[in-house]
Amino acid sequence: MTDLDRIRPAIAGLAVETLASRDGIAVLETTPAQLHELVARLRDACGFELCTFVTAVDRFPADPRFEVLWQLQSIAHGDRVRVRARVGGERPSVPTIVDLYPGAAFSERECFDMFGVVFEGHAGLKRLLMPEGYEHFPLRKDFPHQGIEPDRLYREWDRRRHEKAAP
Amino acid sequence: MGSLKPAGPSSAEGGFLATRADWLVNWGRKNSLWPMPLGLSCCGIELMAMIGPRFDIARFGAEAARFSPRQCDLLIVAGTLTWKMAEACRTIYDQMPDPKWVIAMGVCSSSGGMYDSYSVVQGVDMLMPVDVYVPGCPPRPDAVIDALLKLQKKIEREQPVKLLLSGDNLDEGAGTHHSFYAPNKGIPTTRSHEVLSPDDPRKD
Amino acid sequence: MTTTQTFEYAPGVVDEDDPLHGELMKLNMGPQHPATHGVLRLIVTVDGETMRELEPVVGYLHRGKEKTCETLGWRKFFVHTDRLDYVQPLMNNIGYAIALEKLAGLKVPERGQDIRVLLMELSRIAAHLIYLGTTGIDLGAVTMFFFTFNEREKLYDVLDAYTGHRMNNTYVRIGGVYADVDENVQQGIERFLDEFPAKVDEFESMLTGNRIWFDRNRNVGVLSREQALAWSLTGPNLRGSGVDHDLRKDEPYCGYDGYDFEVPVGTIGDCYDRYLVRIEEMRQSTRICKQALARLQDTRGGEFLAQDRRYVLPPKSEVRSSMEELIHQFKIVTDMELPAGEAYGAIESSKGELGFYVVSDGTSHPVRCHIRAPGLMNVQAIPLLARGRLISDIVAIIGSLDFVMGEVDR
Repeated sequence: MTDLDRIRPAIAGLAVETLASRDGIAVLETTPAQLHELVARLRDACGFELCTFVTAVDRFPADPRFEVLWQLQSIAHGDRVRVRARVGGERPSVPTIVDLYPGAAFSERECFDMFGVVFEGHAGLKRLLMPEGYEHFPLRKDFPHQGIEPDRLYREWDRRRHEKAAP
Repeated sequence: MGSLKPAGPSSAEGGFLATRADWLVNWGRKNSLWPMPLGLSCCGIELMAMIGPRFDIARFGAEAARFSPRQCDLLIVAGTLTWKMAEACRTIYDQMPDPKWVIAMGVCSSSGGMYDSYSVVQGVDMLMPVDVYVPGCPPRPDAVIDALLKLQKKIEREQPVKLLLSGDNLDEGAGTHHSFYAPNKGIPTTRSHEVLSPDDPRKD
Repeated sequence: MTTTQTFEYAPGVVDEDDPLHGELMKLNMGPQHPATHGVLRLIVTVDGETMRELEPVVGYLHRGKEKTCETLGWRKFFVHTDRLDYVQPLMNNIGYAIALEKLAGLKVPERGQDIRVLLMELSRIAAHLIYLGTTGIDLGAVTMFFFTFNEREKLYDVLDAYTGHRMNNTYVRIGGVYADVDENVQQGIERFLDEFPAKVDEFESMLTGNRIWFDRNRNVGVLSREQALAWSLTGPNLRGSGVDHDLRKDEPYCGYDGYDFEVPVGTIGDCYDRYLVRIEEMRQSTRICKQALARLQDTRGGEFLAQDRRYVLPPKSEVRSSMEELIHQFKIVTDMELPAGEAYGAIESSKGELGFYVVSDGTSHPVRCHIRAPGLMNVQAIPLLARGRLISDIVAIIGSLDFVMGEVDR
């Protein structure tokens, strides 16, 4: 249901289109370097006013490991589009789109929190859902569901509590 | 009320008058348990329904659901406790003045519930002693009122005046007061709560 | 704790005679607070009574649902979707089911769709009743809490009779709903719907013309059209600002294009407009429910569950008598696989667009299940609306943005 004919002229050369998804939304495959330009054109020239979500998929053990996804929506044209970029390496990073869509701020922070994908240019990129100082990225495939630390967190917390109580 | 014999040594301090005083103090406490609603998630909605018009916990004296822990004596942990929230929860518990009681409402606060994940505390009794556990996801408000009534029965068994007179010399079983529990004496505890055997006369 | 920091204002912004201005103080609201609608923490930097900056801290209810979906598998996750936005459990179930049905390419029969619409609109009414009750009590109208919870109890009676549980029903399956609506349930719902419009009128009579309610909500938390779109707000928050966008009309699902209803849209985008939008949505939901019941009357005895044995459990009688059905039952319960691919399924929930982005590799466990929660965007918008306002407005703003921490934190 994505009207690719309308979008294609504006984003020429910036992305490769696929229609692989089962909901009719086209996926534009791009690189992190071209991402910001692509999203800016989609917003300004193609009228995608809303950023629905920013998330990632961990394709461990494939390399590059993370597929970062942005989904945009156009209310005026009744259209949706998904943008995808693959990143990997020690410090996976993509540019931020917070300057284009302020509403993506929390989504990007959550993506960083859960996967460790850094959004370059996002001031105040810190953890959203896990406590500050948490050392792991829970949604990665090599992180166990029950977590690594519940007991350690408890013992740590208990020790801090007693240190505070002792005069 | 009269069918349960209070536990503790028979040669209790104070004798008959202390027992009547105990009864009076317990009557006052159990009929005015002001809840501190720690509504964390879905159980919080059923907690609100319990305070609401149909189930009306005010009938049982739990009228004043204050949101400041300093003014409450019953902490109802309603919902999932996460590690991020754990410190705040324990702080609230510590701020409550004695005597205080805790009801773990719902399976999430009783044992972690359906969330055996990296961020959920597997039962609020990892952090504080719990008096009554209410299973359910969420439990019906009737179930929580039943828990309140059970807690009232538990309070009836306490012996605050006798303890005062005896100067802390009675057994552990003399009171279900949280101030008797190890945490307030500076000893960390995990899941330290009184487990009654099936033929214990105090079990109802 | 007071941190002394001088703050330079643009000329004309602040009253120079105000003895308190110039010193900023950081105030902590939450995570346990009566007015934060769940475990939300707000670090508010105040200058006297005026809020200069706010920082919402979320995550106090993060239960790891997306990871849980990967561990449990497609089918078992239905139970967890209830607990996302726990004031409207059936709506979350249906959103997830719609995403899975897109992946599977499954079509729900008409009666199943009508039952789903009925359940969704009843959940919408329930969620808006919570909004009214909690926002009312936060702003001092304690009566609203008791009145709306009384109505919720009537709704609970109906849902209890139909689904077996008051809330967190988990009544939806891939391909339809668990069981059919029978005569008693239908009559119960009709009774509720007959009395409900009068109740909404009663709520309006208490609040809409009320001087205090008006003064606390009018021109408070004004959200412009452009801001609402840039900040990814959907649902009543977007519609209150004048954008006529409702997924039920623009991207219909579950047969909504066959129903006759209107979508209320506000003008100014303040708390009062959002309140009016939600009140009217309750009335429109009643209208939709009545139409759904009429349709159910017409299709009595029809199929309410798709009969695709790869995803839908066979009836127990067949399981006990036929080997093939037994194998289907076994396969679905232990290892229900969905075809490889990705899909995004969204519904119009009471808070906004609730979407599920599901990625499958053909096995019984998802590669990824991302929950696009409207509440997260609503929380994000709190600083936008509250900056520069008085502390007493924060309660009105939080109430009118209407989020539930279960879905914000997942």
